[in-house]
Amino acid sequence: MSKPGQDTRRGANTTSALNGFAQNSLAGGTNYYIFLYKERIRIYSVCTLVLYHTNGHACFVPIMQNFLIRNILQRLLLLIIVSIVAHSVIHLAPGEPSEVDPSNPRMKPEDIANIRAAFHLDDPLYLQYVYWVRDLASGELKSFKDSQPVLEKIWHRFLNSLPLFICATLLVWTLAFPTGIHAAVRRGAVYDRSSTFVAYTLISIPGFFLSYLMILWVVDWLNVPVIGMRTFGMEQAQPAFQFMDRVWHLVIPSLMSAIGGMAILSRYVRSQMLEVISQDYVQTARAKGLKEESVIYRHALRNALLPFVTMFGLLLPSLIGGSVIFEQIFAWPGLGRLGYEAILARDFPVILTLNFFAAALTLAGTLISDILYAVVDPRIRLQ
Amino acid sequence: MIRCWGPLSLLVLWCLIALLGPLFPLTPNQIDLPNILTGIGSQAWLGYDDLGRPMFDRLVIGARTSFIVAISVVTVSFIMGSLLGTCSAYIGGVVDLVLVRMIDIFLAFPGILLAIALAGMMGPGIENVVIALALVGWVGYARLARAQVLSVKEQEHVVAAIAIGTKPLGIISRHLLPLIMAPLIVEASFGIAGTVIAEAGLSFLGLGVQPPAASWGSMIRDGTRYMLVAPHMVVVPGLALMAVVLAINIFGDWLRDWLDVKAGTRHTSRS
Repeated sequence: MSKPGQDTRRGANTTSALNGFAQNSLAGGTNYYIFLYKERIRIYSVCTLVLYHTNGHACFVPIMQNFLIRNILQRLLLLIIVSIVAHSVIHLAPGEPSEVDPSNPRMKPEDIANIRAAFHLDDPLYLQYVYWVRDLASGELKSFKDSQPVLEKIWHRFLNSLPLFICATLLVWTLAFPTGIHAAVRRGAVYDRSSTFVAYTLISIPGFFLSYLMILWVVDWLNVPVIGMRTFGMEQAQPAFQFMDRVWHLVIPSLMSAIGGMAILSRYVRSQMLEVISQDYVQTARAKGLKEESVIYRHALRNALLPFVTMFGLLLPSLIGGSVIFEQIFAWPGLGRLGYEAILARDFPVILTLNFFAAALTLAGTLISDILYAVVDPRIRLQ
Repeated sequence: MIRCWGPLSLLVLWCLIALLGPLFPLTPNQIDLPNILTGIGSQAWLGYDDLGRPMFDRLVIGARTSFIVAISVVTVSFIMGSLLGTCSAYIGGVVDLVLVRMIDIFLAFPGILLAIALAGMMGPGIENVVIALALVGWVGYARLARAQVLSVKEQEHVVAAIAIGTKPLGIISRHLLPLIMAPLIVEASFGIAGTVIAEAGLSFLGLGVQPPAASWGSMIRDGTRYMLVAPHMVVVPGLALMAVVLAINIFGDWLRDWLDVKAGTRHTSRS
């Protein structure tokens, strides 16, 4: 058991600082990095399960099935508990939909009583939970605020959030890796130092501040639209025009939500690369007389990439909470903003359902990352 | 060395401003109508805001807000998280299982949205921001402390301490906590930076301190409406926020390397 123990410690050490970066970007909208890095600690701490020198893949499939069944059941149970906790917290917290507008002189006590009765707010908590589950399952859950079906609302906003999420993720992943690898290979050189400085600066700039600086200067200069998803009144235009209009509206918001993540990930890639480059087998490859490109890209990079594979699964939850502040700044009608507005309006069904999906995505994401990790790293066995 | 003293001096300045600010004759809420939206100039150091209040005085008050929130959030979540994590990893068994599940539950809520939800539910106000951020923040320390203790508690000196009959409390306080402190302190230093930004973010959304009190986040929010005529209203608090966070990050980075060398581990990554 000593080997997994060491592994745990190393994983926790290298990631502890990155946790810090991750939290910096809290308000920057890339909150999935928190999950990401904490998850790595979790993977390592769960790695008392890790056994080196496994018997190969012969026993992999049945173990995989057991692992899947047990984990999915555990996660379903956790999902139910989370939804119950969220339900109680939201109902026990001060503030109710009937109290959102207390200064309205037209709001009479009997109106409040009507509202409370209509939303079942006077029923016991467990009954309200049952109502919520029943309505959610039958798809008839309605928003308190505007009586629109909740699932439809969320689906609509999800389609709006999706392009932003995809663009930002693509930007992060395509730009962070070359930067980080290059910095690690040229460790100590001017490029490394300047990219370190730029990364630290970008990590430290609050996303909303940078966004407003962009609005101030870049918009004026490049004439890029920044508010909303499309230009108002473009509905009659040709599809190609509408499409380009949407693409232009996507530029600044996705760049802004990507920047924090880009800086963090490039640092992480760099430190991971540095760790791998100093390993013995890389020295051996060099000593064999292999070309430097081959050493870096075939021997070092492939192993340095291992932990990043697991991040694909952990990207999922950022779909919902990922960019509340950016959606707010750029008036992007996405999921994060839906949640924020629902919280302010005490729109319980929307909050609870969004939270339910967010928790489900998070749990699914961690499961996927565990599986991916076991698939790419033969030293890890699922039990 | 400049990586240590440069940021550290800025941080000391931040602390001093926050702690000693009230001793100076500041007038953050005094309205000076003729000076509305005046930019940076000779009349006032950093100009005036949309109501004619001096930006410099408000910046000092904002420093106080962010300092108080950051310190109290990190202190509370650090103590709560590291104690829970250490104890549960040391005791093990059912206790540990419950804590791990609890951490899972907390992590199943998406990060900033949970803080926004808590702050929004409890209503705006600085103490609610502290509660919300601490409730979200302790999980990180608990998880880190737990992982660290799990790896340390099998070491010989702990086994020896158990063998000579040291009480669990003594083992935790004398044989475990000192060994796991370094990564926790590094995490806390980055945690301060994260909290400063998170507080600014919540205030920016209108969930933080309420007017007339000032926070850097709410100052940026107020400034955005007049951005084109008075950009200093956004740029001044934004730069202050950025400088403090950058200083904490660079200092935390230096601290991590320094503690790493002290611990005698392999020193591969300089960053």
